Amino acid sequence: MKPSTGTTFFDKVWRDHVISKLDEESDLIQVDRLVLHELSGSQALRALEEAGRKPISRGQVFTVIEHLISTQPGRGPCDSVSSSGPAMIQTTRDASKKYGLHFIDYDDPRQGIAHVVAPELGIAFPGATLVCCDSHTSTIGGVGALAWGIGASEAEHVLATQTLAQAKPKTMRVNFEGALRPGVFAKDMILALIGKIGAQGGIGYATEYAGSAVRDLPIDGRLTLCNMSIEFSCKYGFVAPDDKTFEYLKGAEFSPKGDAWVKATDYWRTLKTDDDAVFDKEITIDCDVLEPQVTWGISPQQVGSIGATVPKPSHAVDKEANALGERALTYMKLHADEPIRGTPIDVAYIGSCTNARLTDLRAAAQILKGRKVKAGIQAICVPGSTPVKHAAEAEGIDKIFKDAGFEWHESACGFCGHIGDNRFADLRVISTTNRNFESRQGPKTRTHLASPATVAASAIMGCIADARELS
Amino acid sequence: MEALQRVSGVAAPFMRINIDTDQIIPALFLGGTDAKGYGAHLFHGWRFLADGTPNPEFILNQAPFDQSEVLLADRNFGCGSSRERAPKALREFGFRAVIAPSFGGIFFNNCYRNGIVPVELPIEQIKELVSEVEASSGQAKITVDLEALCVSTGSGKRFSFTAPPALREMLLKGLDEISLTLSKSESIEQFRTSDRAKRPWAYSV
Repeated sequence: MKPSTGTTFFDKVWRDHVISKLDEESDLIQVDRLVLHELSGSQALRALEEAGRKPISRGQVFTVIEHLISTQPGRGPCDSVSSSGPAMIQTTRDASKKYGLHFIDYDDPRQGIAHVVAPELGIAFPGATLVCCDSHTSTIGGVGALAWGIGASEAEHVLATQTLAQAKPKTMRVNFEGALRPGVFAKDMILALIGKIGAQGGIGYATEYAGSAVRDLPIDGRLTLCNMSIEFSCKYGFVAPDDKTFEYLKGAEFSPKGDAWVKATDYWRTLKTDDDAVFDKEITIDCDVLEPQVTWGISPQQVGSIGATVPKPSHAVDKEANALGERALTYMKLHADEPIRGTPIDVAYIGSCTNARLTDLRAAAQILKGRKVKAGIQAICVPGSTPVKHAAEAEGIDKIFKDAGFEWHESACGFCGHIGDNRFADLRVISTTNRNFESRQGPKTRTHLASPATVAASAIMGCIADARELS
Repeated sequence: MEALQRVSGVAAPFMRINIDTDQIIPALFLGGTDAKGYGAHLFHGWRFLADGTPNPEFILNQAPFDQSEVLLADRNFGCGSSRERAPKALREFGFRAVIAPSFGGIFFNNCYRNGIVPVELPIEQIKELVSEVEASSGQAKITVDLEALCVSTGSGKRFSFTAPPALREMLLKGLDEISLTLSKSESIEQFRTSDRAKRPWAYSV
């Protein structure tokens, strides 16, 4: 039992949403926002229809076309590299219109990856419960929402009832203390955390990110941090809202306006974790000494500093952990004790809900400006949303990317997961995405996860590179 | 929804850590909005060779494990993507239970809604199950009893486990979760009315 002390942000938000207790572990909770995309949302919408039911609160449901839609400039309404993409896009479009859901189509100027769009448009807000059939929904915790990924059946339940049965997780706080040095970013913070606690470290927890380095992050960075919570198997990751959050959300299309805004922010200010609150687990990461991180294996926990060598699997007793390490080296075609930096790459990819917001593109552009991608390297940028793309174009960032030799695409989930395009088959990719799983980006594709600056520098050098040497 | 009280069958030991849902069913095979059609692609990247023929070294391509109903795995099984086709693919193949030290949380919830019970047991106990299965070349059947909350073997091993009570009840009886919740409409409406007064911005969009 926790001693009777203060309350965490998580407990305040959860408490606000409990409709009734289901058992000693689970509650029926109110869902403030449901976001659906065409890959899994389409399944939920079809199942709902087949059961003869309708969305019970359509104003709280948003659909976005982003997972399967093509990223090619000039794309059409159902263009997709996935053979079943067109049907799933059209199912989502038809159902959204039929039920009168908030719908963001492929050519809407607000379009983009759901987890980029939801904060941008104020669909998400501090203290909201927001769910989406996508594990990276935790991203949206970056604006102080309680946001997590669910299955299609759970989404069908939300459509029909605007509620969800959910086990209440334990709480963890990760304190990122100190200050990041130049050339070190939110991506490096979260990769370092996953390396420290392992890909299973967050099972059963909700994680609050706190500490001076988190407070100092722009909202874009906080979204990156929260995005990869699920990569240590933590469904929920969030940063308690502060003035920076309110500034970010103020004036957004779906944010409250006028008196409602004042009332809302007054309320949101009460949500922060009390000073004397107790967490089930606390971890501290020293950001003063943090280096840029890059993964070398097939799990995000297989990560090291840019200057490190690939470790030798050497667990004394845990033979399965050793096997995981060995499998990673074989799959990635790497050798223990060799430096990670300098590994030749074939592809540099900047995109995804993790790292394709405006500050990410700016960080990459700073490296790319006046330089050229090394000959023979495929370099691709897929902005996180159409507003991000337009803002970047207004700053001339697209020109910097294109002049350097990058392809500049329309916004969507793009090449983060393999849905049919074999461009990356059997190639080594350095990527700003979130998963380095086997074949995640294509058949036998070897993915290294890193920050946009590291990816940009690697594109220039033709091998995994330290961006600080180019800035 | 499909019910499950108890399964007794061939158990396949596949003791890897962090088996993610991209491996259980790659994104390439998530196509369509159908409820079925995913079992053929279960573990596609490991189960099939590049030319599409079965990989003879993969356990589910070997008798008797091609008839498995129970899967034994290491920690963090089903981590990664929320895709519900992962438990759908396992179920279509024939699995009714997965036993692992821990599970990805979204996958865990999805299992209960697709006729599969995810059973958490300590790794030492799972290793005992694996030993028994391997010693009998897969003939030793493993029983998972959701009613009794117990995993047992022919040799008399018995390991108890816990399951979230509401999810367990739902799976045992094959209840329709949505109907269950809709039967509480009155309390939901009461909640929404008072919550709307407190947080109008959550509703007025």
